Amino acid sequence: MVEHGDIRVVHRGGSKINSREPVISSDSRLLLCASGECVKVFSTSTEECIHDLRGHTGLVTGVLLRPSNHLQAYSCSADGTVRLWDFTDGILIKWRSVGKACVCVCTCVCAELFQLVAVHLPQSGDRLVEARELSAVLSDVSSNPAAIAFGRGGEYIVSAKGLQLEVYFFKKQKSYRFSLKENNKKGRKNTFTCVASHPQDDCIATGHEDGKIRLWRNFSHKKEYTYSTLHWHHSVVSSLCFTPEGTNLLSGGVESVLVQWRYNQESQKDFLPRLGAAITHIVVSPDGALFCTSHSDNSKELLSALRIQVTLKSLSTDLMVDPRSKAMVLNGKPGHLQFYSLQRDKLLFNLDIVQQEYIHQSGLQQFEVVKAAFTASGNWLASVEERKQKDAELELNLKLWMFDEQSQSFVLNTTISAPHEARITAMCFCQSTDSQTTMLVSTSKDGHFKAWQLATPAHTEDDGPSWSCDFVGAYHSLVPECCTFSADGSLLAVSFQEVVTVWSPSSWELLTTLSQPPGAIRDLCFGKLSCSKYLVGTTANNLLCCWNLLTCALEWSTSMNTSLLLADPLSENMAAFCPQAGFTDLFVFKPNEPRPLYSHKAVCSGNVTRAVFAPREEMLDSCEESSQWLNHSQLYFLTQCMDLMTFTTKAEEARQMAASKQLVIDDSIAMTPFHLLLGKHRGQQQQQESGQDSLSAERTPLPQGSAAIKELLQTPAHILPSTSFLCSMFVQSLLISVTDSRSEEMESEKEEDSEEEEIESRAVRPPEMARCGQATETATLTKAQVKELRRVKKLDHGWLSSVLDL
Amino acid sequence: MASYKPTKITVYPKLGEKVTQDTVYWKNYKAPIQIKEFGAVTNINFSPVAPHNFAVTAFTRIHIYGPFSHEPVKSFTRFKDTAYCGRFRSDGQLLVAGCEDSVVRLFDVNGKVALRMYKGHTKAVHVTDFTSDSYQILTGSDDYSCRLWDIPNATELNAYQEHTDYIRCGHLFSSECNRTSTFSQFVSKKEHRSYDHTLKVFDGRVDKSVMTLDHGQPVESLLLYPSEGLLVSAGGRFVKVWDLLKKGQPLVSLKNHHKTVTCLCLSSNGERLLSGSLDRHVKVYNTTSYKVVHNFDYAASILSLALAPNDESIVVGMTNGILNLKHRKNAEESKEISGQQRRRPSYRVFVKGKNYFPKQDDYLVSKPVKQHLAKYDKQLKKFNVSKALDTALEAWTRLKKPEITVAVIKELDRRGTLKNALAGRDEQGLSRLLYFLIGNLFDPRFAPVLVTAAEMILDIYQSVIGQSSVVDRQLLRLQEMLEREIDYQQELLEVLGMLDTVFASSLPRKEVPCSAISKSNGLTQGEGRLQLQAT
Repeated sequence: MVEHGDIRVVHRGGSKINSREPVISSDSRLLLCASGECVKVFSTSTEECIHDLRGHTGLVTGVLLRPSNHLQAYSCSADGTVRLWDFTDGILIKWRSVGKACVCVCTCVCAELFQLVAVHLPQSGDRLVEARELSAVLSDVSSNPAAIAFGRGGEYIVSAKGLQLEVYFFKKQKSYRFSLKENNKKGRKNTFTCVASHPQDDCIATGHEDGKIRLWRNFSHKKEYTYSTLHWHHSVVSSLCFTPEGTNLLSGGVESVLVQWRYNQESQKDFLPRLGAAITHIVVSPDGALFCTSHSDNSKELLSALRIQVTLKSLSTDLMVDPRSKAMVLNGKPGHLQFYSLQRDKLLFNLDIVQQEYIHQSGLQQFEVVKAAFTASGNWLASVEERKQKDAELELNLKLWMFDEQSQSFVLNTTISAPHEARITAMCFCQSTDSQTTMLVSTSKDGHFKAWQLATPAHTEDDGPSWSCDFVGAYHSLVPECCTFSADGSLLAVSFQEVVTVWSPSSWELLTTLSQPPGAIRDLCFGKLSCSKYLVGTTANNLLCCWNLLTCALEWSTSMNTSLLLADPLSENMAAFCPQAGFTDLFVFKPNEPRPLYSHKAVCSGNVTRAVFAPREEMLDSCEESSQWLNHSQLYFLTQCMDLMTFTTKAEEARQMAASKQLVIDDSIAMTPFHLLLGKHRGQQQQQESGQDSLSAERTPLPQGSAAIKELLQTPAHILPSTSFLCSMFVQSLLISVTDSRSEEMESEKEEDSEEEEIESRAVRPPEMARCGQATETATLTKAQVKELRRVKKLDHGWLSSVLDL
Repeated sequence: MASYKPTKITVYPKLGEKVTQDTVYWKNYKAPIQIKEFGAVTNINFSPVAPHNFAVTAFTRIHIYGPFSHEPVKSFTRFKDTAYCGRFRSDGQLLVAGCEDSVVRLFDVNGKVALRMYKGHTKAVHVTDFTSDSYQILTGSDDYSCRLWDIPNATELNAYQEHTDYIRCGHLFSSECNRTSTFSQFVSKKEHRSYDHTLKVFDGRVDKSVMTLDHGQPVESLLLYPSEGLLVSAGGRFVKVWDLLKKGQPLVSLKNHHKTVTCLCLSSNGERLLSGSLDRHVKVYNTTSYKVVHNFDYAASILSLALAPNDESIVVGMTNGILNLKHRKNAEESKEISGQQRRRPSYRVFVKGKNYFPKQDDYLVSKPVKQHLAKYDKQLKKFNVSKALDTALEAWTRLKKPEITVAVIKELDRRGTLKNALAGRDEQGLSRLLYFLIGNLFDPRFAPVLVTAAEMILDIYQSVIGQSSVVDRQLLRLQEMLEREIDYQQELLEVLGMLDTVFASSLPRKEVPCSAISKSNGLTQGEGRLQLQAT
């Protein structure tokens, strides 16, 4: 993040969350995922990211719950630190430096016993740190965290690498090694890939590269061990997991099928097919109700509460913005276009472009969406999909989709198979909104560019208009690279290596050619609005040129290595990204003058290849010259590590901060119709009763203290005892519902002040209270608060009325 | 977790005839009824009154058929020689006919013997007609003259001798001159293979022709529009339309037949014009755009053509003496065709409760829609690749919908399991596959997919070649057809090269578009993708 005057570069989501297996909190309400340098906390009911746990300076390599306190979590990172978090509030409790980069941590869920394993790769050794003087070192351990597991109640640790399985018993301080042959008779590979141990039984499940699962038993003896084999997967088993009771074994792999094996009745198995992408991790919630699978396409799925997150994997299309929904369009999911809302950081929907069953098998060439384009009004979408097989001809399909008002989605209108002989390099729609005909131009490596036109059929019987080829153009058998329409749609510029040709789309005459040798044209943009007479191009030879199309002459040019040039559709501005010495600089300029409006050195490290101007929902009215270019639209760009970044001004940030505070509280509560009805009402109330903070603190956890409240509300008013009597009962009920021991302590807290401090040091917080905004106030009960509670007693009339209002 | 996506069957654009409203209308006739006459059927005339019988003039007889009978209800046989042009009067009571022996006979429809004989022509009379006031008869003869007769007296009222060759067709205006009402204008024409090619318009009140039009070919048939502003003439290969209100200005000349056009006819609503020709076709024209909208094929050269009122039936007479009758289908019959799917008896069971509509307070529990998969998709879903290919190769699919078989082969290829699916077949299975390949490999739509499959088959089964005579014979046939196809493609490329030179020299020198056109053409046809070249 580089500070520059008023404008800041801000991270806007889209990082990897599938590198390590996620963790589900003990109450199945939160999901923790390691994502880059932070840990993301998701709500399992609303599927939204509640907050990030930030603090690590390196890649987070592992997350796990603290066994002794289920509200805290450890995370370890490549920077060599292990941090302890209160993940409900996102507070860092303590951190310890390990000194060496931790690759993963594992723990044994066992009361009073807590083990931390840090695998250190450079020495290829394994350090086992244990809180209570039990420690051992296993050498030669795989770096894959799936290949280490703790056995029943922490009695042993299993680790697999290559063809060896090692079991180490802590009590006996002894380790056993079992090894398999490299290949079996049929030449299948026996390499271990993952390990899981049964929670109650002495049984270890191992996954293998050839898709077999072996269940090892009786492994406490060197010779008399046995194993049985399960085989369903056709390729590598990448994850194994036992359910908490040990009744089922879950396995997943490249096939993207979740297989559930009954323990001891292995012939019975259930399948959950077509989960979207190869499964990398499987996690079961402690109560066994939720399964979470994480996939290679950077999505997580919670079964029984289904959800997919946006994936920002290998993008091959440009970033685009759907003019209708203002959503960013990406091709993260194979064969699909994903519509991703920038404002809400959420995936809106997937549009199936290829419409073919995706076969989950490694090494198979599938159709991929490589290009897409929208018309200015958003009525039409063009998409190109291609499939290149070894020694077979390229399969290309150009599809045109029409927006259907009724179903509010895109409907396939025309499929053109093999529109060109070679790869399509660029595609654009005619931008003008007033013209009658809609036109699409595609340029291809076969040396032609083709214009496609929407034609109404001659026969009235046909079903609606369809697209057909209108013109095929070429220029000296050079390869066209990019094409663009002028703002009014009267000119088409197509670049053929170092020559720019300007055509008239109405008559298909070649009007003029422009060239600025040497160097092939890389990007081409027409100016918008008042600058529509300018054509700006960048060449591979570090040149940014601007031609005036009225005089057909070069207006100005500067020497500048531009990797990406794009025009804002709503203003005259253009943005150029220039890589320089490992960093990328941004210049914003207007085509009519060669002076940049705004420049930003070192926006990010690495090269920027994808960027887009997204129109704002509401215009900003900043009058500062340097930030004026952000008034109409916002610039988003993707860095090399697929992080989505954007530019914001200070004023905007402040506004967002205010809004997000409100959001955090709301996010953790599931959106029920009831909530929707009352949410607004409550918001107003909160403003009115801003003085009565203590009251709202009680109101939020209402659903939890249900017994007392039900009693209160269901009893007729005339037989209720006095309110002063009721209030103390109510406050008690709130506290009892959390932990029994604590409420007793509170009863006697007047006598024993020392005990109170002990509670604080343990820092166990009831989740209900912690989740509300004023959690800190109620969590640590001091004398002052007890007084306040008493004051509340006197205010009880107001409270009762507000309850009834709800 | 998404549901299974079925295999995509590519829909190819249908080549050939587009279904328009016209084709639907003109195809809505029952199977034709053929009636053998004694000689070439030269004229067909429908009675203007109710049962709409029609008179068929063939050789020395005139037969009258009822609308549905296939036997003549009446026949007039008292002709000494070939009869011509039997026509009904507007009340349907009288019938007039010319004859080779120059005598014009008038019959009562119910009688047998001629009521009157009109003698005066010296040669064969080919044209007869009643005037609109139904008291006079007009005749045209090979003696170059046109005569007007009074019916009751059998006297000649007038003679028009302006033509210089045979008169073979004529038409009477109905009521152009209400004031005089005794005479109408009439047009007649005379022809003798390439002598007098004119159409003359005579006014009954004047002795001379008021208009002369030159058709350019011997005129075979004449037709007046009901509005009487336009005149259609057929002669040679041409059908010409003249605007009489603009002093006979030619409006349009249609050249859609490749032999002499012999007869003309208007559809009952006047919006379609039909022309029959010796080339055995009847063409239907739109009378506003004069484009051919439909075409009928017949077995022999057509001499006469008539449409029943309301287009209830089309009657065509041919040179080989066959009368071809086509009746329009009833509304019910045509409906049955459109809803071809017969409802099975079990339909009633499934429809139970379907027509119950939920009331306002009802809580609707929607049933999950079950995805119906085709047989091959069911196998593909289970990854049974060989079985999937087997189901796609079933006889009906293979023969009727080869695109399904090809789509399944393509899908298997995409999954990388085509080799597994093709391998391990016995003689019967392999010969079925080869049979399909021989039939479809040369279809440009399927070639890219099937060539891959053919290569794989050869790879897999090359070790067993020679063990089965059936397979060997099919392989030899495949090879032979491949060689023929290669030759054919080479010839096509040569033709394309020639065409390119022609285009390049004929087009004005415009460098860029020219090269583009020629190139894209070459590539397109070479690969057989015709659908999207709009250049």
